[in-house]
Amino acid sequence: MNLHPTTAGLLLAGILFVLGLISVLIRRNIIFMLLSVEIMLNAAGLAFVVAASHWGQADGQVMFMFILAMAAAEVSVGLALILQLYHQLRTLDSDEASRMNG
Amino acid sequence: MDIAFIVAALIAVAATVRVITCYNIMHALLYLVVSLLAVAVVLYTYGAPFMAVLEIIIYAGAIMVLIIFFVMMLNLGLETAEHEKAWLRPRIWIVPGIFCVVLLGELLYLILQNKQPSAGIQVVPPKQVGMALFGPYLIAVELTGILLMAGIVGAYHLGRQHKKTVHRFLENNLNT
Repeated sequence: MNLHPTTAGLLLAGILFVLGLISVLIRRNIIFMLLSVEIMLNAAGLAFVVAASHWGQADGQVMFMFILAMAAAEVSVGLALILQLYHQLRTLDSDEASRMNG
Repeated sequence: MDIAFIVAALIAVAATVRVITCYNIMHALLYLVVSLLAVAVVLYTYGAPFMAVLEIIIYAGAIMVLIIFFVMMLNLGLETAEHEKAWLRPRIWIVPGIFCVVLLGELLYLILQNKQPSAGIQVVPPKQVGMALFGPYLIAVELTGILLMAGIVGAYHLGRQHKKTVHRFLENNLNT
């Protein structure tokens, strides 16, 4: 198996992203769905870093840092939303929150 | 492709598979930390040591610890694992799984088909990243700061407990 390093890195990022996507689709526990979004963000950042090492430019790593900051903000807001959902519905099933009682 | 990358990639994929097949959320979180560490090793092999350190500190350190404390605070235990086991039947996940496998095959075909000239891995030093961060990307850095501020305010607003609508004076009257 003699792959180009860029190809191998992009393959790994693609596999991790699809694993996260599968987990978002099959899981109904809402904390697991948040974890899967984290996996997908991480895979996207890995792809950026691999591209940065391919071209020898710093732009990909700058994007990775922005992805890190965005993941931190997303996790804090997401956990607060899950807390509210758990206090109101007493469950973590995302199907329970499928209707909007507007 | 060196052996470090292959081993780290295999560990990352295996740990992520365990994350998405685990019923107990604490086990899944620990596997996710392992997966993030393996991805940090991969980042190191791709000539981005500073990004590898940031991955460990922020992802595996800060974010995972935040989620673990949150799960401990909610006090989820064995019954949630049983619920999850009942929810995760094959007839629920088989069709999305097939779709995702087809998508993955398409992606692999597209990546493998395009033969690149061998250029190898180029190391991007942190100095270059810092120069780019505070040079052409300065406005994006400031926007990221605003995003973090909005995240803090949003988390505080959403995580607040429900306030009582009864005034303190009326409550005292009700008690007496």
